[in-house]
Amino acid sequence: MENEVKLLSGAMVTLALATATLVVVPYLQLSDVQPSDGLKAYTSAQIRGREQYIKNGCVYCHTQQPRSQSQAPDFKRGWGRASVASDYFYDSPHLLGTMRTGPDLFNIGARQPSADWNLGHLYQPRAYVPGSIMPSYPYMFEVKDKAEPGDKVVSLPPSYAPPGQVVVARPEALDLVEYLLGLDHTYPVPGAAAAAQ
Amino acid sequence: MNTITILLLTFTLSVTGLFIFIWSLRKNLFDDNPAAANIIFSEGEIGKVEEPAATRSQRDAMQKAVDSTHSQAGDPARGERYRTELAERIQADRSTAFVSFVFLSCAVVWLIFASSAGLVSSIKLHEPDFLTSQAWLTFGRLRTLHLNSVAYGWAPMAAFGVAIWTLPRLLKTPLMGGRFAILGCMLWNAAIIAGLGSVAVGISDGLEWLEIPWQIDILLVVGGALIALPLVFTLQNRRVEHLYVSIWYMGAALFWFPVLFLVGNMPGVHFGVEQATMNWWFGHNVLGLYYTPIALASVYYFLPKIIGRPIQSYNLSLLGFWALAFFYGQVGGHHLIGGPVPGWLITLSIVQSMMMIVPVLAFSVNQHLTMRGHFKTLFYSPTLRFIVLGGMMYTLSSVQGSFEALRSINTVTHFTHFTVAHAHLGLYGFFSLVMFGAIYFVMPRVMDWEWPYPGLIALHFWLVVVGFGIYFIGLSIGGWLQGIAMLDATVPFIDSVRLTIPYLQSRTVGGAIMTLGHLVFAFHFISMALRYGPSRIGPALFHKPAAPIAAPAGA
Repeated sequence: MENEVKLLSGAMVTLALATATLVVVPYLQLSDVQPSDGLKAYTSAQIRGREQYIKNGCVYCHTQQPRSQSQAPDFKRGWGRASVASDYFYDSPHLLGTMRTGPDLFNIGARQPSADWNLGHLYQPRAYVPGSIMPSYPYMFEVKDKAEPGDKVVSLPPSYAPPGQVVVARPEALDLVEYLLGLDHTYPVPGAAAAAQ
Repeated sequence: MNTITILLLTFTLSVTGLFIFIWSLRKNLFDDNPAAANIIFSEGEIGKVEEPAATRSQRDAMQKAVDSTHSQAGDPARGERYRTELAERIQADRSTAFVSFVFLSCAVVWLIFASSAGLVSSIKLHEPDFLTSQAWLTFGRLRTLHLNSVAYGWAPMAAFGVAIWTLPRLLKTPLMGGRFAILGCMLWNAAIIAGLGSVAVGISDGLEWLEIPWQIDILLVVGGALIALPLVFTLQNRRVEHLYVSIWYMGAALFWFPVLFLVGNMPGVHFGVEQATMNWWFGHNVLGLYYTPIALASVYYFLPKIIGRPIQSYNLSLLGFWALAFFYGQVGGHHLIGGPVPGWLITLSIVQSMMMIVPVLAFSVNQHLTMRGHFKTLFYSPTLRFIVLGGMMYTLSSVQGSFEALRSINTVTHFTHFTVAHAHLGLYGFFSLVMFGAIYFVMPRVMDWEWPYPGLIALHFWLVVVGFGIYFIGLSIGGWLQGIAMLDATVPFIDSVRLTIPYLQSRTVGGAIMTLGHLVFAFHFISMALRYGPSRIGPALFHKPAAPIAAPAGA
C-alpha cells in the first residue's frame, strides 16, 4: 500500500459502516418509541436516587434487563418479563448493565417493596442476605445517640445495630431507596407474550 | 423481504466490496516477498538481530540462532547506503526520544495507579466490608477508577509513546512538530486527573467506558488532536514509498479513536436503548479499533526487527488489516444479546464476531510463519518474549471472543466474571504484554542507556505471566460456574455468588503478583531514567565482533 489517502479513507468508510449499523440505524429505528402504557415518569426524588445509583456504580454489578423465558430463568427468579425498548423511555443515561454479580433490579420495587428492608440492606447487606458480597454503604447513614425529629431511623436486626445508638438514613440513602422502589415494570406490554416464547 | 434476507444480502455485498478494495490496493497480489515487507530494514540488515533490551551475551546467542538460518551475502557497495540509512534512523530516533520518554513515563505512572485500584477492587469483591467508610473507596467507584486509568491512562499513553517513536522510523524522517504532542500529552493527563477525580467524588456520565464527564472530554479531544498533529506532519514528510503494515494500523487507529470518542461523548444526543447500542459500539471499538491496532502494529514492527527477518506474508497482513477494519467495528452488539434491542442488530454483531476469525487467523499464521525456525531467540530476547506471548494471547482472546458471541455460549457467560477474564485476556494478555515488550525495546534507544538490571526484565516477565495465568484461569472457571448456576432456576441466586468466592480470591492473588511485576517494571524504568547501572559500551545494533560494517553508536 503506497497511498495514505486511500488508507485513511478506507479506514473511515469501515468505521462509518459500523457507526451506521450500531448507532445511526438504531437511532432512527428507536427514535419514535413511545413509553409503555403503565410506565410512570420518575419523580424528582427518584431522579435524585437514580443519580446515587450512578454515582456509586450500582450498574457494575446489577443489570436492568431481564432476559426472555426462552433464554434464561430470569422470570422464574422473580426478575420480571423480558424488557422492551419502550420500558426505557425515561432512562438517560441507560443503566442496562453487563454484570450480575448481584441480581437484576428491573423489578426490585415489586420484589422488595419495603423501604425499611432496602434501607437496612444498603447499610449492611449481610444482615439480610448471608453470604452477600455487596458492599455496605455506611457513608449514606449517620450513627447517632438519639434520633431527632424528622430522622428516618433504620430498623436493623438487633445483632447488626450499633449498641445503644440509632442508625439514621441520610437523604442520599432515602432518594436511592425511593428510586429502587420505583423500579417496577410488572405492567404488561404488547408482544411480551410473544417475546417470552 | 425479511430482515434476515436483507442482512444476508448486505453482508455478502460488503464482503465482496471489501475484497475488491483489498485487491485494488495491491498490485501483484500474489508476489512472494514484496519489497514493502522489507521497508523496515536498512540495506544488509536482514538477518541481523536488533534487540536493545538484551545483554551482550544474550544478543550474541540470538544472532547465532538467527545466523543458522540465513546465509550472508557480502557486497561492499551496500556499506555506504547502509551507513546513510542508519544515520537517518538515528536522526529519527533522536527526534522522538524526549516525546516518547514523556509519554512512556506517564504510562508507567498510570499503570501503577490502575493496578492498585484494580487490586483493591478485587479484594472488595470477596471482603465486602473492606474500606467501605469512604464514598470514593466504594467498589462502584474504585472499579471505575481502575477501568478509566487503564483505558485512558496506561493504554493510550503507552500506545502514543510507542507509536510516536515507531512512525518516524518507518517513514525514515524525523518527527515533525513534537512540541504539539508534548502539549497534547499535558492536556490529556490533566483531563484524566480531572476525570478520575470526578468519578471519585461521584460525578459521572454513567455509561461504562464513558464515565468521564463530557465537559472534561473536550480537554481529552483537544489533547488527542494535538498528539495526532505531529503524526500527520511526519506522514506528509515521509521519505519512503511503501507504507509499512504498522503504519496502516497506527494511522487508522489514530484517526478512528477521535471519531469514536466524539460520537460516544456527544451530550444530549443518545437516548434509552439506542444509548446502549452506542455504548457498546464505543466500548468494543475502543478495544478493537484503537488498542488492538496499535499493539498489532507493534508486533508487526518489533517482531521482524528483532529477529532480522521480514514478515512472512505481506498479503496476509493486508487481508488481516482490512478484515479487522471491516468486521471489528460491528461486533459491539454482542454485549447486548438477550437485551431489549432490535434483533437484527444482535444477529449482525454475532455474524461479524465470527468473521473476526479471518483477520485473527491471518495475523496468527503470519506471526507463526515469521517466527518459524527462530523460536530459539525467545530464550535470549526479553522484548521478543513479551511480544510473541502477547501475539499469542491476541489469537486466544479473539477466538474466545468470537465464540463468546454465539448465543449458546453467551447465554452462560454474559453477566458473569467470565467476561471480565476475557476482557483482561485482550487488554492485558495481549495489549499490555506487547506494550511491555515494545517499551523494553524503545527505552534503550530513547535514553541511549542500557537497561541497568537485565534480571529484573526476566523477573517482571515471570511475575506478570504467572500472576495473569492465575487471574485468568481462576476467573474463567469461576465465571463459567457462576453462569451455569444462574441458568438453573432451582439454584438460589445467592449460590451463584457464593461459589465464585474462591475464584475471586484467586483473582486477588493473581492480581497481586501482577501488581508486584508492575512495581518491578516501574522501579527498573525509574532506575533507567536516572541512569543507574552500566553505561552503553559501543553500538547496540551489531554484536558480531568481526562485523564488516561499523554502525554509528546508538543506531
